[in-house]
Amino acid sequence: MDRRNFLKLASAGAVIATSSGNAQARGNLEVPDEAVGMLFDATRCIGCRACVVACKDINGMPPEQSTPEEPWDLAMDLSADTLNIIKAYEPPQGDDGFEFIKRNCMHCVDAGCVSVCPVTAMKKDPKTGIVSHDPDACIGCRYCVAACPYNIPKYEYDEAMGQIQKCQLCNQKGVERIDNGELPGCAEVCPTGANIYGKRSDLLEEAKRRMALKPGDKYVYKLGSIDSPYGQEGEVPNYQDHIYGEKEGGGTQVLMLAGNRFEDLGMPDIPELSYAAVSETVQHSIYSNFLAPATVLGGLLYMARRNIKGSQDEEQDPNQDKSGEDRS
Amino acid sequence: MSTITEQQLEEVASRLGLNRRGFLKFCTGVAATLGLSSTAGIQMAHAVTQARRPSVIWLSGQECTGCTESLLRTTHPTLETLILDMISLDYSEALCAAAGHQAEAAKHAAMEENKGKYVLVVEGSIPTKDGGIYCKIAGKTMLEHVKEAADDAAAIIAIGSCASWGGVPSAGINPTGATPVHEILPDKTIINIPGCPPNPYNFLATVLQYVTFGTLPELDDKGRPKFAYGRIIHEHCERRAHFDAGRFAKEFGDEGHRLGYCLYKLGCKGPETYANCSTQEFGDVGGGAWPVGVGAPCFGCTEQGVGFTKALHEKSEVTTHAPPDIFPPINAQSGEGATATSAGLLGAVIGAAVGATAMTVRQLGKAEKEAEKGAEHAAAEEQQ
Amino acid sequence: MSGHHQPLSNRKLITLPSLILAVLAFIALVLLAKRFAFGLGSVTNLNDGYPWGLWVVYDVVVGTGFACGGYALALVVYIANKGKYHPLVRPALLASLFGYTLGGISAFIDMGRYWNFYNMFLPDQMNLNSVMLEVGLCVTAYCTVLFIEFMPAVAEHYKMQKLKAILEKVLFVFIAIGVLLPTMHQSSLGSLLIAMGYKVDPLWQSLQLQPLFAILTAITLGFSIVIFEASFVTVGFKRSSETHILKGLGKMIQVMLSVYLVIRFGDLAMRGVLPNIFDGSFRSFMFMVETVLFVVPLVILSSPQRRNRGSMLLIAAVSMLFAGALYRFNAFLIGWTPDASNSFVYFPSTEEFLVSIGIIAMEILGYLIIVKWLPILPVDHAADHAEPHGKPASQPEQA
Repeated sequence: MDRRNFLKLASAGAVIATSSGNAQARGNLEVPDEAVGMLFDATRCIGCRACVVACKDINGMPPEQSTPEEPWDLAMDLSADTLNIIKAYEPPQGDDGFEFIKRNCMHCVDAGCVSVCPVTAMKKDPKTGIVSHDPDACIGCRYCVAACPYNIPKYEYDEAMGQIQKCQLCNQKGVERIDNGELPGCAEVCPTGANIYGKRSDLLEEAKRRMALKPGDKYVYKLGSIDSPYGQEGEVPNYQDHIYGEKEGGGTQVLMLAGNRFEDLGMPDIPELSYAAVSETVQHSIYSNFLAPATVLGGLLYMARRNIKGSQDEEQDPNQDKSGEDRS
Repeated sequence: MSTITEQQLEEVASRLGLNRRGFLKFCTGVAATLGLSSTAGIQMAHAVTQARRPSVIWLSGQECTGCTESLLRTTHPTLETLILDMISLDYSEALCAAAGHQAEAAKHAAMEENKGKYVLVVEGSIPTKDGGIYCKIAGKTMLEHVKEAADDAAAIIAIGSCASWGGVPSAGINPTGATPVHEILPDKTIINIPGCPPNPYNFLATVLQYVTFGTLPELDDKGRPKFAYGRIIHEHCERRAHFDAGRFAKEFGDEGHRLGYCLYKLGCKGPETYANCSTQEFGDVGGGAWPVGVGAPCFGCTEQGVGFTKALHEKSEVTTHAPPDIFPPINAQSGEGATATSAGLLGAVIGAAVGATAMTVRQLGKAEKEAEKGAEHAAAEEQQ
Repeated sequence: MSGHHQPLSNRKLITLPSLILAVLAFIALVLLAKRFAFGLGSVTNLNDGYPWGLWVVYDVVVGTGFACGGYALALVVYIANKGKYHPLVRPALLASLFGYTLGGISAFIDMGRYWNFYNMFLPDQMNLNSVMLEVGLCVTAYCTVLFIEFMPAVAEHYKMQKLKAILEKVLFVFIAIGVLLPTMHQSSLGSLLIAMGYKVDPLWQSLQLQPLFAILTAITLGFSIVIFEASFVTVGFKRSSETHILKGLGKMIQVMLSVYLVIRFGDLAMRGVLPNIFDGSFRSFMFMVETVLFVVPLVILSSPQRRNRGSMLLIAAVSMLFAGALYRFNAFLIGWTPDASNSFVYFPSTEEFLVSIGIIAMEILGYLIIVKWLPILPVDHAADHAEPHGKPASQPEQA
């Protein structure tokens, strides 16, 4: 075997990696039929933070001080103690146009964290589509943190036996609000209907309906959930022509409407094909049914056996062997 | 403006039934309401001591006399001090000693005498439907009275929500066509002091500014003095911390209500109502006595389209001009950067690797040279 | 294979360098005790935006790259059948064994919930979509394979003829697996980046090509580290030069590096991010540094004269090691965008550095001890003669 063959072989695995576009290519996952989620309308949010408080109460999270001088609950960003946060966007010029944005898990349709978790600690419910986390399975590698486009899962770095925390739509073990027919805490307490709960399909429909409204008109915004009999009338704002989460990375189950551009509000610009799909396509192209590795291994075994025999044979005559090496 | 003499001060103080100290305190207090310095208070004291008091004509249309009543309950100064010693209240249906033709005559005389100099105060809305017949005084409609008195007025103040934007009489189907003053007199500058009733000090401060400086306060786009109506109640509300923390009373008498939580969910209109209630409280009662202070949601009396229009339980549209600082920005910075020690360590590691390599390279080079020389020697020896 | 290798048993175990290394290793152990008692945050600067810091990127990603010597040589010797490199295999295997074992231990240390790590081996828990699972399983398996591949040295030393015989019979299986596994997980270390999407700077986020770049650089790093080790052993232990063998590796580095750079820049051009190189940002600067470090060995190794000189080979190898390390640092850390508003900063804390330094110290220390204990380094007659106080190096040769 000459060097050319060797190089060929050395890059065999990697070359297979580049041969994407074969039958294994996987597109985005489909939205589960009964997928639930939330619709956050930033133009309705008044920044009262009732959702932040409710979230802390329900999930048993401690308050988080930002500085010793401000000894009240004032997280600056999502953290392992703050699974839901209201942030304020201030436009660079003038006073008008500022907006609040609620950040929490987007419950991706094709979730990066679920795709990358080595031990299936991150799970997507096949029915509701809620992305949940099982700390008893989790090994704490934090790949989910790295692979989340929204930077949602948070690890408790300050604890000797920390765990990953994330919003599980108030349906985790011991809370189970969705299963009990209740609303997620943040949707239930929202006084203006800025954040409502519902089936993703209904919410998407509602979002499209709102976008079709004429700015300045009156519209009754639902309170709590999309099926709620209660509503509050308000003026229709100028919406951005963009339903965030409809298509981002294959879609999310938490949808957003806003009056400002989403990149200004700190939301990433994500291609429609999820990174999870790209990653899994590459991975499965290489390792589909372990065919490629098995083939490579077969070749390797053959050559290793042949060549090691050669070298063992050579050993019968060490002097000859060495004389070949020692010459410079 | 000439300085006030001790004697003058003593005189006016005794006239007002105050000691000298109390009098100065009052003037400074009014100046403070206006947002002026204490020297302005002294100037006001000076103005009040002048013999010539401005004439005031106080007309009442469709109203409940609540504005007058609340004014009556002020204590610094008391209303009688105001109307007898600080201004010359030449006509007021509620407070006139005279009645009938006598009162009417006094009004006309005052208007004639102080032509172009008197202050017109209108309380209550003006019915315009059916020729304005739903409010008549001395056989003339309110509409005519207002127009007549406005012609030669130096300043026009609409007191109360009815006069400012229609108030209660204009609510719902508005059967009388109740109209605010500024719509009757579109060409005039009207100072609106809305409220149901308005804080009397907002009125007093406006009048005293006029008396003292001959000027009118700066007004917002709805004709309201900015010193009193420039900010929404919500911005300075004593319960604001609860709002920001998301703690709300959800029912009257519930845990949150008793603990003094934010009344937003009970329908408080503070977040969309412009008034200084949260800083001035109400009247002279003190002790946190204003609607929100005593656990009653603000109903937005000063705000057209809110008070008497929105249902009491209806949640307000929160008007905020700038997000409070306590909200995290979109890109709050966090994390630890390099310290001198950590950066130094990185440098040391790279340095050590490069250094060790350099040393080894030198050794290798040396050995190679020696080997070459050795080889040359060997070759030379062989040739020999 | 007896008779080819010998322990440097005539050398003292305790020397000044080994004492310094031991102190560094001890400091790391103390800090690790702190990490386990008080959590990752007590020692590291990891934060919500930077879940992976120095320990993952250096100790695991770069460290196992540096530990590819055994893999690269196995490819050359056993698969491509270049017997002349055989003397280099055992020391390279030893370095790989250390690199991988400590890489695995580092990964364990960095695991936030290490007591659950066994879940990776439970078929019920495995997520076959996860690149991390593959890396974890492969690295664990490869550590075992490396250990078995290394066993003949132990068997030789303790004269366990039977064991040695068995090992020699089955060794080819482990050698084959030992080539397959690094091919898999070294490419997957690059694939880890794919799922991170926009968080990896466009200069390094090549999506589908990540595994190819990772494996190409890993093999190149493997050759480089062999040159590096051999050079340091030559100088450090005053042994005769191995340049005559190493120069062939230099040629291989040159070929692989050319392939790598062509694809790398082709990819950048295809994705239209070449202008980013000149946008004046810190990242673009780091990209240029990385590229220069990649090009230096290419230039040095392009001339056969320079390839024949051990000093030049070492410069090229070290430059390549820095380049490969920086490429991985750039992709995982320096070009890292924690979130859309990029609001996090990270720089390893002093204590984080000290742990990594301690782990490197452990590797070197372990290497130094073992080459003096077991027959690892090839028999070197020149060195034996050069060593005045040395006992006859030839431990009674086993037949």
